[in-house]
Amino acid sequence: MSRRPLLREFPPTTWYFRQPRYLRYMSREITSILIAAYCVLLVFGLHSLAAGPAAWEAFLLTLKSPASIVFQLLVLIAAVYHAATWFNATQKAMPLQIGEYFVPGAMISGAHYVAWALLSFAILFLAGVI
Amino acid sequence: MAKSHKPVVWFPFAAGGTVIAFFIPVIVLLTLMAALGHAPAGLDYANLHAFAANGLGKLIIFGVVSLSMWSSAHRLRCTFYDFGVRADTAVATILYLAAIIGSILAAIYLLRI
Repeated sequence: MSRRPLLREFPPTTWYFRQPRYLRYMSREITSILIAAYCVLLVFGLHSLAAGPAAWEAFLLTLKSPASIVFQLLVLIAAVYHAATWFNATQKAMPLQIGEYFVPGAMISGAHYVAWALLSFAILFLAGVI
Repeated sequence: MAKSHKPVVWFPFAAGGTVIAFFIPVIVLLTLMAALGHAPAGLDYANLHAFAANGLGKLIIFGVVSLSMWSSAHRLRCTFYDFGVRADTAVATILYLAAIIGSILAAIYLLRI
């Protein structure tokens, strides 16, 4: 008696067009491309900061090119999307149980959003923006 | 004894995902403001240099940058696979190496400040 394993054919490069939820998954996946590129920019920034005031000013000047502005806008969208989906997932990834009682998922995600807002405001305050 | 090396990759990934979610949006906002000609005082050379010269500041910057890079490398690896690139070992090696080299460079630059 032989058992054939279940093999499903799927197109390896276009599978995510089959269902909207796959597309949402992929749209979250590709934010990693922009964030990784931005991390490279941060390392360049550290290099310039270590090299002295002139190098730092030159780095700030390169940030002002139109391509860089478009890039940073895209990264901002990607980073906010990553953050929102990450915090929405926290209630599934770390459910809280106290005795018999499960803390509602919205409270777990909500707490993360509150912490995110407070931290962002603190950093903006320390940076002298607000 | 754990027989899988997955936790080694997974822990920095999860920590990095959290760090990216909490820190990267506001950091991008700051550099974007500078790019649009409204540079925040925190990005002045003197202020940022003073922050990075402090031991705690160095640690915070290094933590944010290196964990973000590691998490991005891990997510990029998955993204490559999902787009149909099946050479996972090569992709993983290149991306994790890039993240490690980037972290070492960040540490070197921070120690120079």
